[in-house]
Amino acid sequence: MSEEKHRKIIVPGEVIVKGDEYLPGEGTEKKGDEIVALKYGLAEESNKLIRIIPLSGGYQPRRGNVVIGKVELITFNGWVIDINGSENAFLPLTEVPRYVNKNELEDVMDINDAVVVKIWGINKRGIDLSIKSRGLGKIDEGIIIEVNPNKVPRVIGKEGSMINLIKEETGCNITVGQNGLIWIKGDKVEKELFAKKAIEFVTQKSFISGLTEEIKKWFEEEKK
Amino acid sequence: MTTKNTQKSEISGTTKSKKAAEAKDLVGFKRIDGRKVDEIRGPIKAKVGVVDNADGSAMYQQGKTIAIAAVYGPKKMHPQHQQDPERGTLRCNYNMISFSVTERIRPGTNRRSTEISKIMEWALGPVLMIDKYPNKVVDVHVNIIQADAGTRCAAINAAAMALAHAGIPMKNLVSSVAAGKMDKTIVVDLNKKEEDYEEGEGATDIPMTFTPDGKLTHLQLDGKINKKQLMEAIELGKKACKEIYEVQKKALKEIGEE
Repeated sequence: MSEEKHRKIIVPGEVIVKGDEYLPGEGTEKKGDEIVALKYGLAEESNKLIRIIPLSGGYQPRRGNVVIGKVELITFNGWVIDINGSENAFLPLTEVPRYVNKNELEDVMDINDAVVVKIWGINKRGIDLSIKSRGLGKIDEGIIIEVNPNKVPRVIGKEGSMINLIKEETGCNITVGQNGLIWIKGDKVEKELFAKKAIEFVTQKSFISGLTEEIKKWFEEEKK
Repeated sequence: MTTKNTQKSEISGTTKSKKAAEAKDLVGFKRIDGRKVDEIRGPIKAKVGVVDNADGSAMYQQGKTIAIAAVYGPKKMHPQHQQDPERGTLRCNYNMISFSVTERIRPGTNRRSTEISKIMEWALGPVLMIDKYPNKVVDVHVNIIQADAGTRCAAINAAAMALAHAGIPMKNLVSSVAAGKMDKTIVVDLNKKEEDYEEGEGATDIPMTFTPDGKLTHLQLDGKINKKQLMEAIELGKKACKEIYEVQKKALKEIGEE
């Protein structure tokens, strides 16, 4: 069967497929020989595993996600960062690769500073963050825009095709946080605003198939 | 209306009694607004995603009653002493806007709205799977912008859609409707005029909430009714809930296709 046929919108409690060979994935449950949805979204099947891709709702933090956050609080051994999730995340002082005086944490990152962080782990007490990787750290310049977290996969595109195209066309450096915040940095403000416009176009047209082609056309028209 | 017609038939004499009997029969089945006993009010409209700032939202209209629901969360429960470390909490807030009825009502919470908020929590609670969100709360705010009886049912219907739209794990959707007894006839989905019906035995209002597989999550009763008629009313409500469920389902499926 075609791929299109297996992607349909499902409401909670609806039977997705019948048959013993299917396995319940994320957002689904097995009831007898039926796979029942527990969430609202798109049902997708791959290798007999049924899962639900959410279409709406807030950001659900996940391990390994790169997100953009804002410093909310400075504690004696780290920073509390607001990542647009259901709870605040903690970035420990030991993550900073150089020596920091315990009284001068605000010199590294002050309240309201924006940071690119990676979710290192989620446990009962909260979310732990890390900045020990390339591309992570404090944001000094550029603009940050907000999009719907459910549209982030569309902005990135298949294996980064969409975001790479926007990067190339606008000449800006773009970091997409999984929580819907996007950091754009270019050498000119005009370029940054142009990239912002392109991303907004993508989020508005997110339901079109063959969106990468569409955005190529859009760039051609805009550049005239 | 019933008594009026019987009087008429007495006056006009026996020649027209057959016709009058027919008319009376009609009164028994046709209601003030001409609906059948098992007919719910039209138009039923449902729309998802009406509040941009909320995580999930929905509008539900049934006849002249309109409810708008917005869902926020799961987020950290505040005040902290209300946090439940074992499971998540559902917090509903029902509010009737001051212009929703013909005579302006005083804005703000009152005894009635507090009660309905609690009723909504009980009606929606059994289908919600928020056990995995300890110390968190899911906030549901419902505003009634136009009221013509059956507001709690409209509120529950809108809230169920909004919760699904917010991506909250649920076992099923719920649909709610009110059945009632006008004098001796069981009818479904009463409007304000029917709720205020005073002739004969008067009106009895029975709001109820069902899951699509026919499980009851909420049942209220206001008035007098015998057991047999109550069961009849529940069956009638169950049938109406199925119709409402189809509308809710359709609304949720449409938004994704946009």
